[in-house]
Amino acid sequence: MLTIKNLHASAAGREILRGIDLEIKAGEVHAIMGPNGSGKSTLAQVLAGRDLYTVTAGKVLYDGNDLLAMKPEERARAGIFLAFQYPVEIPGVSNLYFLRSAVNSIRKARGLEELDAFDFLQVSDGKMKLLGMDPSFRERPVNAGFSGGEKKRNEIFQMAMLEPRLAILDETDSGLDIDALKTVADGVNAMRSPDRAILVVTHYQRLLNYIVPDFVHVLANGRIVKSGRKELALELEEKGYVGLETTVAY
Amino acid sequence: MSTSANQIEVIANQEYKYGFVTDIEQETVPPGLNEDVIRLISAKKQEPEWLTEWRLNAYRHWLKMKDPKWATVEYPPIDFQSIVYYSAPKMKEGPKSLADVDPKLLETYEKLGIPLRERELLSGVAVDAVFDSISVATTFKDKLAKLGIIFGSFSEAVQEHPELVRKYLGSVVPATDNFYAGLNSAVFSDGSFCYVPKGVRCPMELSTYFRINAKSTGQFERTLIIADEGSHVSYLEGCTAPMRDENQLHAAVVELVAHDNAQIKYSTIQNWYPGDKNGKGGIYNFVTKRGKCLGVNSKISWTQVETGSAITWKYPSCILQGDNSVGEFYSVALTNNRQQADTGTKMIHIGKNTRSTIISKGISAGHGKNTYRGMVKILKGAEGARNYSQCDSLLIGDQCSAHTFPYLEVKNSAAQVEHEATTSKIGEDQIFYCQQRGLSTEDAVSMIVNGFARQVIKELPMEFAVEAQKLLGVSLEGSVG
Repeated sequence: MLTIKNLHASAAGREILRGIDLEIKAGEVHAIMGPNGSGKSTLAQVLAGRDLYTVTAGKVLYDGNDLLAMKPEERARAGIFLAFQYPVEIPGVSNLYFLRSAVNSIRKARGLEELDAFDFLQVSDGKMKLLGMDPSFRERPVNAGFSGGEKKRNEIFQMAMLEPRLAILDETDSGLDIDALKTVADGVNAMRSPDRAILVVTHYQRLLNYIVPDFVHVLANGRIVKSGRKELALELEEKGYVGLETTVAY
Repeated sequence: MSTSANQIEVIANQEYKYGFVTDIEQETVPPGLNEDVIRLISAKKQEPEWLTEWRLNAYRHWLKMKDPKWATVEYPPIDFQSIVYYSAPKMKEGPKSLADVDPKLLETYEKLGIPLRERELLSGVAVDAVFDSISVATTFKDKLAKLGIIFGSFSEAVQEHPELVRKYLGSVVPATDNFYAGLNSAVFSDGSFCYVPKGVRCPMELSTYFRINAKSTGQFERTLIIADEGSHVSYLEGCTAPMRDENQLHAAVVELVAHDNAQIKYSTIQNWYPGDKNGKGGIYNFVTKRGKCLGVNSKISWTQVETGSAITWKYPSCILQGDNSVGEFYSVALTNNRQQADTGTKMIHIGKNTRSTIISKGISAGHGKNTYRGMVKILKGAEGARNYSQCDSLLIGDQCSAHTFPYLEVKNSAAQVEHEATTSKIGEDQIFYCQQRGLSTEDAVSMIVNGFARQVIKELPMEFAVEAQKLLGVSLEGSVG
């Protein structure tokens, strides 16, 4: 589904990604781990099309198409979803209106009929229940005045509504207490399916106890320095990133 | 610059779509202003002598006044002798019915989306259409007349209801009030007049559509609305003008009077030509609007969506004279490119337990300059008066500016006054967030702006709320979903 080849990216003239290679197939869950500043979030943002970053070399194929040539909204419509590390506030716009516009713009792009207000409420009711969210969430302005946990939960709710093919979770565990973490993980696990791939970006192994990955990659200094099965995460938990970083030659 | 900022700029530079000129034979007086021109205007309208004198007195007082300089707007001095003070499409004599209206005029309004042919009117809105200096058509007149509602052009009212005009003209905005109100009082040409009799609820929205067409012409309309005891009326005005290189002056006066238990809702969607992106041309919109809550329990509510004009200078205000009367001001002002707006309100609390609410939303994009200027004045006798003010500014890009000048004058210690203000910026992170959820940049900007303006838009009559949302969209970008 996603093929990343020798991806280099920089921001403000500083190279952050220094040659990433990664292959993700439908149905797989991959975890990217790494110390702060290793480029994890940059990778997530570059895949979503954030223009703060310039891709200087390499390519990314998504379903065989050149992902880097697509605008951010085209990527979203093609099924790429990014759960933000820092979800953005939009005052005055209700969650309901925002999400219904998003769902319908994506449905429209896929040639599906738009959901009317009634259908939308019905579909969203079920998904909110799953995430332990109060229906009043829909009436509140997008992320405005939300607690850190509510924002993260709202990201997963949006993901559930948008039904992406490739979901990228950027540090979704940060700022969550253990109960919220479990709820969010349940929400993500409920979306695992043979047609969908999930890329989990995280600093800590904790989240991976609940969202168990098929593959774990360690990112350091803008490169994947080690890849393995889920056991690798546990090994990292024990030994830390220190040893891995030193193996990277400049 | 990053792509999304670029895209905002491209979108923001959309053209003004009402900029066409109607080629129609006009009757125009030569440019310039003196007592003879005023007498000529008055004579053309076959006005009674008292009104001619009223105009001349206003003119004589105006000569002693100076163009106000306190607003946060910049423009070169206006040459009042180069302006044409009267211009009217040539029309047949006799009673005005729609059949008599020049088809070219009907076509103009069709193009603007204002259907004047009653049979095509489904929305239940009565329209008075003002083209340059005169009213060219009023719809649904007969239907309204059956309820005793007088609605039509100001000139007609002068002929048919001189006693009402004489009683109320200048009673809220005196001819000596300010420079532009003085000028208007001397040369006003036409506008709308509405009287709603005791206990009548007007069954439809009343609306005036103002169109400036002729070159070098100023538009000086005068609107007077009187709601008698226990009556209700909702009124809307819309405005457009052709794209021209020179600046044109629009100096209107609107007076509202609400008697005991009466309510007036006055909504404006102002979309005069704003000038091009370098600030060439555009309308100077220097307007005095004021309502008087004369009776007990009366209510006057102003809602405005200001997206047009090169410069907007207006402060729709309420004099809360009757006990328990209520004044409201809801405003969205959008400035893009080189537009400047200095707008706000005055709430003058005189009666006991008077209440006022001010919600102002300023949006600045491009090099736009947006100022909120408001005054809340609570007089000594206004026992139990309350005011709530909220002024929010939204900035798009980093070349624009927003300013807030709230003035408070409280002479009664039992009064409650609250003021809140915020300034925020549309961030690239907000736009990216929306894009990541599948929305285009245009839809994202429009959604963020409409979210910001929502508190005001929801005060508009439903038909116009949709219009206003679209207009906010068009003024910044392509379309609103």
